[in-house]
Amino acid sequence: MNERVLMCGNEAMAEAAVQAGLDAYFGYPITPQNEVSAYMSKRMAEEGRVFIQSESELAAINMVFGASATGKRAMTSSSSPGISLMQEGISYLAAAELPSVIVNVMRGGPGLGNIAPSQSDYFQSVKGGGHGDYHCIVFGPSGVQELVDIIPLAFDLADLYRIPAIILADGILGQMMEPVTIPQNSKTCFTAENAENKNRIFSAFSAGSAVSHLPKKDWALTGADGRKQNIVRSLWLADGAVEQHNYDLQAKYRQIEKNEIRCEQYKVDDADVIVVAYGIAARIVRGAIEKARELGIKAGLIRPITLWPYPSDQINKAADQPRMFLVIEMSCGQMVEDVRLAIAGKAPVVFWGRPGGGVPTVEQVFEKIRELTIRPKKK
Amino acid sequence: MMQKVFTRPQTLKDVPTHYCPGCGHGIAHRLIAEVIDELGIRGKTIGIAPVGCAVLAYDYFDVDMVEVAHGRAPAVATGMKRTNPDKIIFSYQGDGDLAAIGTAEIIHAAHRAEQITVVFINNAVFGMTGGQMAPTTMLGQITATTPQGRQADGQGYPLQVSELMAILPGAIYVERCALASPAHIRKAKAALKHAFQLQMDNAKGLGLVELLSPCPTYWRLSPADAMLWIQNEMTRVFPLGRLKG
Repeated sequence: MNERVLMCGNEAMAEAAVQAGLDAYFGYPITPQNEVSAYMSKRMAEEGRVFIQSESELAAINMVFGASATGKRAMTSSSSPGISLMQEGISYLAAAELPSVIVNVMRGGPGLGNIAPSQSDYFQSVKGGGHGDYHCIVFGPSGVQELVDIIPLAFDLADLYRIPAIILADGILGQMMEPVTIPQNSKTCFTAENAENKNRIFSAFSAGSAVSHLPKKDWALTGADGRKQNIVRSLWLADGAVEQHNYDLQAKYRQIEKNEIRCEQYKVDDADVIVVAYGIAARIVRGAIEKARELGIKAGLIRPITLWPYPSDQINKAADQPRMFLVIEMSCGQMVEDVRLAIAGKAPVVFWGRPGGGVPTVEQVFEKIRELTIRPKKK
Repeated sequence: MMQKVFTRPQTLKDVPTHYCPGCGHGIAHRLIAEVIDELGIRGKTIGIAPVGCAVLAYDYFDVDMVEVAHGRAPAVATGMKRTNPDKIIFSYQGDGDLAAIGTAEIIHAAHRAEQITVVFINNAVFGMTGGQMAPTTMLGQITATTPQGRQADGQGYPLQVSELMAILPGAIYVERCALASPAHIRKAKAALKHAFQLQMDNAKGLGLVELLSPCPTYWRLSPADAMLWIQNEMTRVFPLGRLKG
């Protein structure tokens, strides 16, 4: 049943979402993710589900809010400028604890920027983005297969924790075609009946809580027929109520930090230089590490798969041995701040990146690794 | 034996509201609650509260309700109705919410012919934030941000939402009523009932009922004079009646 097909990231993730039981997709056109909505317009109609091309990203995220408030699986996708417009809605989703999946196929910024791949929305996704103290679960897949494997996981974790999940992709990942196996009927992949599928999904990642079932959405707005009224809100005017709501949210975030960190470590054990990179940048870094190893330079990779919660402990532990850390991003340096916080001064951290649609080459990254391993000449 | 001829609608909770004396929201809430009861749809209705004085509407309506970002109710309603076509979805929005920050959302919900019911409270002022100018503020009207009275030159004209909506093919029913006298209020209830009934009948489009509603506090009038101001002044710019459907 699980057939291997050649698909671009944008279409593959759309199909993966359909297979994950997506009830409604809402989106507004923006490059480089337009294949998602084009694909959804056809597939969702075939499945008798909801597709709407909204009048703006503001409307799209609020349509997600509405569908999610009734207990449905809802999703939107966009690219950087559009995601900026959605920040209000994401803050409300986080406050109202509404599960939802938001895909950002990042492009160059700030402003209208360009339509080239970038990773400059890390701060926005991981540190909040909208107003208030909140987090979304943020994934940074580095290939089309991982992107489609993360889609059902994102929906399930969003439902489990009642939280928005963001998938931070980029223009390359969206446009690139790769052979993929799309998880079929993956909505049930976390139920006990389909344990085999569940294990397969989780085996793709280095960590993960064993979710055997998803909680019933008894909070959803389905009409107060024979029960007490349900209210979905993000406003509490009583003295201390929002303070308490924040403490409750933070307690939930600590649970997520405990259970849901996912991270890949590659050739780390003997490495003199550890490169930390995520998403498509990590794919490029991998090539540079192979090249370095061929030349006898011991380089390794730590690749956060979840960007929030962040694998701070894994990075911190890796800094127990004397070695250098190099952070590579397609930005002017955003995730590097989390690497520095994780390492807490135990090891030197060097950053190199290219912003505004610049894509590092394997040679450039290799050169940075090599520079770090050249010992200073004795005088 | 005495017969009970007047009682609180089941859909309206038995709690005091936070509204000012003479405010129209209490009347509008009661009319909607009566209509929901009479149509027997309480168990399948989902309401959407705005940002504005009615932000706490879910404390008064005993139906499933959501409170949403300022102006975005029609987009939220769209997400709800499309995924739950068997439910009755209504949004309750003021003039700041619907006619200022949420103009795009209401126009496009109607443009897509969403099968939702919109109750639009026009009291010509931002109430919640302290009586600032709304798009619907009358020319010459003094507000917190038009201390000399609203001037067309620089502050624009009162926005006639119902007229704007009525030209959209996807808006199948548009009526403007007033909460300004018992006779007006009876008409308003009939309009609300018709709007909900259309949604129950699966009519293909959006229904909007605009209610001219008194705000004695920020009009700086007595409740009785506020009712008269609607009848004598507001209806000249916002004429009453069925504009569509």
